[in-house]
Amino acid sequence: MDARRVSQVVPKVRQVGFVTHSDPNPPPQASRTQSVPIESNSGTPYDSPDFSPVMIPPPRHHSENLSHLRSAAVAVPESSSRRPMWDDRVAVVGSYNPGNSLLGQPVSPNSSEVNSEASTTLGWFGRNSSGKFSAGSSFPGGGFDLTTVKMENFTQLEGKKPEAVPGKGGGGGVEVNNRESSSNTLKAKTTKAERRETQEAQRAAKAAGKAQGNKPVAAAGGAGPSNILRQPSQNRDDPAVGSTIAGSDRRGGDRPPERERKKDVPPPRMQFDDQGRVNKSKKRAVFNQPEAKNRVELFRHLPQYEHGSQLTDLESKFLELDSMHPAVYKVGVQYLAGDVTGGNARCIAMLRAFQEVINDYSTPPGKTLVRDLTAKISSYVSFLIECRPLSMSMGNAIRFQKSRIAKLPLTLSETEAKAALCNDIDRFINEKIILADKVIVRHAATKVRDGDVLLTYGSSCVVEMILLYAHELGKQFRVVVVDSRPKHEGQALLRRLLAKGLSCTYTHINAVSYIMHEVTRVFLGASSVLSNGTTYSRVGTACVAMVAHAFRVPVLICCEAYKFHERVQLDSICSNELGDSNDIARVPGRPDVNSMDNRTNEKNLQFLNLMYDATPSEYVSMIITDYGMIPPTSVPVIVREYRREYLLI
Amino acid sequence: MSMSAYYQTRAAHHGVVTSDWLAQSQEAATRAVVTGGQEIVDGGKSGRAFSVIDEFNNWRKQPDLAEAVAAIRALAAVIRNSEAKTMMELEIELKKASDSLKSWDTTSISLTAGCDLFMRYVTRTSALEYEDFNSARSRLIERAEKFGEISYKARKIIAMLSQDFIFDGCTILVHGFSRVVMEVLKMAAQNKKLFRVLCTEGRPDRSGLRLANELAKLDVPVKLLIDSAVAYTMDEVDMVFVGADGVVESGGIINMMGTYQIALVAHSMNKPVYVAAESYKFARLYPLDQKDMGPALRPIDFGVPIPSKVEVETSARDYTPPQYLTLLFTDLGVLTPSVVSDELIQLYL
Repeated sequence: MDARRVSQVVPKVRQVGFVTHSDPNPPPQASRTQSVPIESNSGTPYDSPDFSPVMIPPPRHHSENLSHLRSAAVAVPESSSRRPMWDDRVAVVGSYNPGNSLLGQPVSPNSSEVNSEASTTLGWFGRNSSGKFSAGSSFPGGGFDLTTVKMENFTQLEGKKPEAVPGKGGGGGVEVNNRESSSNTLKAKTTKAERRETQEAQRAAKAAGKAQGNKPVAAAGGAGPSNILRQPSQNRDDPAVGSTIAGSDRRGGDRPPERERKKDVPPPRMQFDDQGRVNKSKKRAVFNQPEAKNRVELFRHLPQYEHGSQLTDLESKFLELDSMHPAVYKVGVQYLAGDVTGGNARCIAMLRAFQEVINDYSTPPGKTLVRDLTAKISSYVSFLIECRPLSMSMGNAIRFQKSRIAKLPLTLSETEAKAALCNDIDRFINEKIILADKVIVRHAATKVRDGDVLLTYGSSCVVEMILLYAHELGKQFRVVVVDSRPKHEGQALLRRLLAKGLSCTYTHINAVSYIMHEVTRVFLGASSVLSNGTTYSRVGTACVAMVAHAFRVPVLICCEAYKFHERVQLDSICSNELGDSNDIARVPGRPDVNSMDNRTNEKNLQFLNLMYDATPSEYVSMIITDYGMIPPTSVPVIVREYRREYLLI
Repeated sequence: MSMSAYYQTRAAHHGVVTSDWLAQSQEAATRAVVTGGQEIVDGGKSGRAFSVIDEFNNWRKQPDLAEAVAAIRALAAVIRNSEAKTMMELEIELKKASDSLKSWDTTSISLTAGCDLFMRYVTRTSALEYEDFNSARSRLIERAEKFGEISYKARKIIAMLSQDFIFDGCTILVHGFSRVVMEVLKMAAQNKKLFRVLCTEGRPDRSGLRLANELAKLDVPVKLLIDSAVAYTMDEVDMVFVGADGVVESGGIINMMGTYQIALVAHSMNKPVYVAAESYKFARLYPLDQKDMGPALRPIDFGVPIPSKVEVETSARDYTPPQYLTLLFTDLGVLTPSVVSDELIQLYL
């Protein structure tokens, strides 16, 4: 590695956007996770050749893009090994090469020059940062003051290295992201000194021992809750570091994700076109799902399984899974069978299952509640993911849950802690979902006038509530329900509306441009709304929104605020969910059109059953949330203002 | 037909009077007083509440004072006259007064926005401070008084911010008589910039005539157009300047009838549309289309009698969606339309 690095000619090129390096630098296994100092990462900021170009960049990139500050690092790698890197790196100052820049940066929290150097390399995305960068000049474990960019300080940094400067996350395995929430800043500041001491001690020890890849986990900066700590996640097998929303196996060769960081931004979804990862995850899988054979090339990064045998397989494993709590198992089976669908329903089912888990939980001897429970929850989450990939609402709920667990004061007894957690879950469900829905319904009903023709697509529980409420208020309107194969979700909605006496029209999505001229408003639900105003919802929504826009019909998206996400997605390809291809091939009850039925394995024919799509923000007139009616451009404002609030409740 | 009180006031300020209008305004005025009295039948407070409307009317008559400021001054008067002994009681009184003001004229956006703003300030301070009642009360009064100055200063700030956008030799199209825009042009003239102004007639209240008058006094070359000549002259225009009756959550504006039209023409010809509005005009409304707002009607005098079976579109205002606006000049700075929602969220949530 060193050799490679040295020979590399690094031009002074500012690399914008995410860059994949085709450096043949396979991430070392376990050692990588730790401090692997800059060495491992110099050339490849992005961890690796494993990642195919279409993937979503790993969290650090996310956070960089979102200009979050990183919180922390792992232990400081030895100075000597770091030296040569700086030379290389100097030339790359300002480049958006997080790997290079952050690694081995021993930013002393109090040293402003170091901070500014840090800012130098990070200057690029520092400047692009939005929002909370004004957090103090020093960041606890790993944030950088990105306010100024000073190149000359770089050389100073080298000089500093050998001193025991508490490393800020530089250490290898670190995620290069700067993810720093201001809350962490505040918290960390209080324990900085202690941490610094322990860090220095460790550095010295490390320099002496030249040991690698070990992280001074809890020992380090022991002060304070572990979440402030740079917890190097040992190996992917270490569930404690958990917090991985998508299953800890994904982290695999990644850097140790820090807890705060994970709280802020979810880890990337696993890219299923990476065979190595897939194999590893299979080993950990609770039940076996054979992968579908005939897959569309463009969507190889998404999981797709043979649907026929999944349910029976899972059911047969029922008695074998004693590590699985029955409530979670039940929810998993419900997801797999499609009995529970819809963002809110899935989220509530999952949270209720977790409540039962917490109630039945008892800390095994020798372990702490916080770590063990988090680990358990992570394993349950991986199970649920195997049943059906998480929706964003579930992701946010899990993050909330984990942050609540992590924030439990250590003085609470087990029963108190369990009661507190259950209470939190109740409160979350109540405030963020049930009450939020009521508020949304109230706001949306003001937009329904007499004589309106309202169009809706698929079946969204919030939209249904709105229609029923407006009807109760006595407004005269009629509804057009647009539906599509293969799920025909609109039929259930139609039945319920008719039962309440609303006058409805039912049509399929191929007629939407025909019927749009008589429509006055379009109400759509969403699985999630992303930071650039893009709405991520059931496939077909984008179509309806586009046609509505062409006819100048206002499109109203009704979505609770807990479903908002900091991610930005530009198309429907990079992240989606694939359903059963047999559903498309077969039309139930119509033997005459089933000619596709047995051809799912044909070489020249691939079926694609997407579940979600992304609606661009220009088609959306307004988003109705529990915070009121906002334009799509204000989604990041809500995320910014209120994400902290509920994570910190 | 009913007439929006808000537009009545504006017409009064402009001093462009027709006999028709006079008759209607007389009638409207007496009606307003009566309804004002009727609304205020809340237990025991009728005297005070009634005076809110009166106070408000007094303030409103001053031509230079914005509606929102008048409302806030009236609410300050309520505080002064109130006999409440605790913050909670005072808040309740204020809420009642604010509600009655709002309901007295439901069409005025800046009135509603101003009341909401003040109520928000009151609830925020009362929640945070545990000081004694009297000092809190005097602080509220002081704040309300300051608001008047803020309004005036706001206009100055906006005028200063917009100076950079007016270059020598430019042609500005102006619609409606906005005091803020007037301030902008006045300052530009004082800074010895060479520009000329095209102003639309602004039927039916013909506020454009008054604007032309004022500008002529400042020695600014003015050209009057009828409303239909906007597209015809849009070629020679460099920028469009309008004020706003209200700025809504999407970043769009509600302004005198005709603004939407002009914005559409300007947008299709790639001319920038600048809006000058104070920040207290930001309202928590979100109209989806033209008809989604409360109606504000204003009778139109055609000069000839109209047969009764002919309907007349009498709406006094329209909604311009944010995609047709380029920039908003406010006392918070020069903003793009999407920032309005950001500000509102921070303020109200």
